[in-house]
Amino acid sequence: MIVRISTENQYRLPDEDAQRLNDLDNAAVAAVEADDEDRFHESFEQMLELVRRDGHRLEDGDLEGSDVILPPPDLTFEEARGEFTGEGLIPD
Amino acid sequence: MAGVAGRMSTVIKAKISKMLDRAEDPSETIEYSYQKQMELLQNVKKGIADVVTSKKRLQLQQQKLEQQVVKLDTQARQALSQGNEPLARTALERKQFAQGELQSLDQQVTELEQQQEGLIEKERQLRTKLEQFRTKKEVIKAQYSAAEAQVKISEAATGVGEEMADVGLAMQRAVDKTENMRARASAMDELEAAGAFDDSLSLGGGGQDDIDRQLHELTSQSAVDSDLEKLKAELGEGSGDSPALGAGEPAAEGEEPRERPA
Repeated sequence: MIVRISTENQYRLPDEDAQRLNDLDNAAVAAVEADDEDRFHESFEQMLELVRRDGHRLEDGDLEGSDVILPPPDLTFEEARGEFTGEGLIPD
Repeated sequence: MAGVAGRMSTVIKAKISKMLDRAEDPSETIEYSYQKQMELLQNVKKGIADVVTSKKRLQLQQQKLEQQVVKLDTQARQALSQGNEPLARTALERKQFAQGELQSLDQQVTELEQQQEGLIEKERQLRTKLEQFRTKKEVIKAQYSAAEAQVKISEAATGVGEEMADVGLAMQRAVDKTENMRARASAMDELEAAGAFDDSLSLGGGGQDDIDRQLHELTSQSAVDSDLEKLKAELGEGSGDSPALGAGEPAAEGEEPRERPA
């Protein structure tokens, strides 16, 4: 599984991590819906940490597309909320 | 993935496929990529220049604030030695405020430096990926039939497209942050113009204006108290008596109890 951390790098992650990543992602979304900023940052940090710790950075010349793209690490709570209610980070 | 990551992935992939649809012929895809690349590289360069400009401006403000801190400290000492404790307190409140601003400026400058490094790194990555794409395209064209080549080149273009979308996002975020810092820097200039860090510090006037009232609310009074105590202790070592009582040591004839040139 190839995961990109937006504005940073791409990583190759063991497939076993997919479920864990998915759980954390759901937790992050639940926290945004519950308006719980601390819990959101906690889950999001754990996602980034998982990818950076378990993943191998792809070579710069690698042309593979990512299976999953994480938002930029400096994502604010407001921006995360915008992802679900507004236009998102990248307006169409 | 349904969450934040899922949405990011979907949006970026939609953008890439839109880009590839527009250019079904592989030779068009590569042409389109080049065109996009040139635009983006120009933008990245401009973004880096913007970040540098903002950083310089913030650094200038840092210097000004550092001078203010020194000056306000001197003024507080003068006020206290003349027995004007309320004025000393006002000067210390302004000093506290200026120090707080200095701290936040330090943070912003560090943040801008990270932005600058990040953008330079992203530009390098995009260049490398495009170079790789160019090489790979030639190999594919030599080895496969036209139809197969089209599929393979489109696949390779996905990686480049994703990188381009990502550079675009990094750029946009850097520009937004820089704009915010500029707005804050302008606000500080206005505050300065309005007299918050005014030279005169009304060491003669002594009246509390609106800004001083606001500063009184903004600053940590316990920090101001402790500054004041420290100053008193320092100045008290010489005279013994509390100058606030106004006892003894009449001002020398002709010597105005005003701010002296530093």
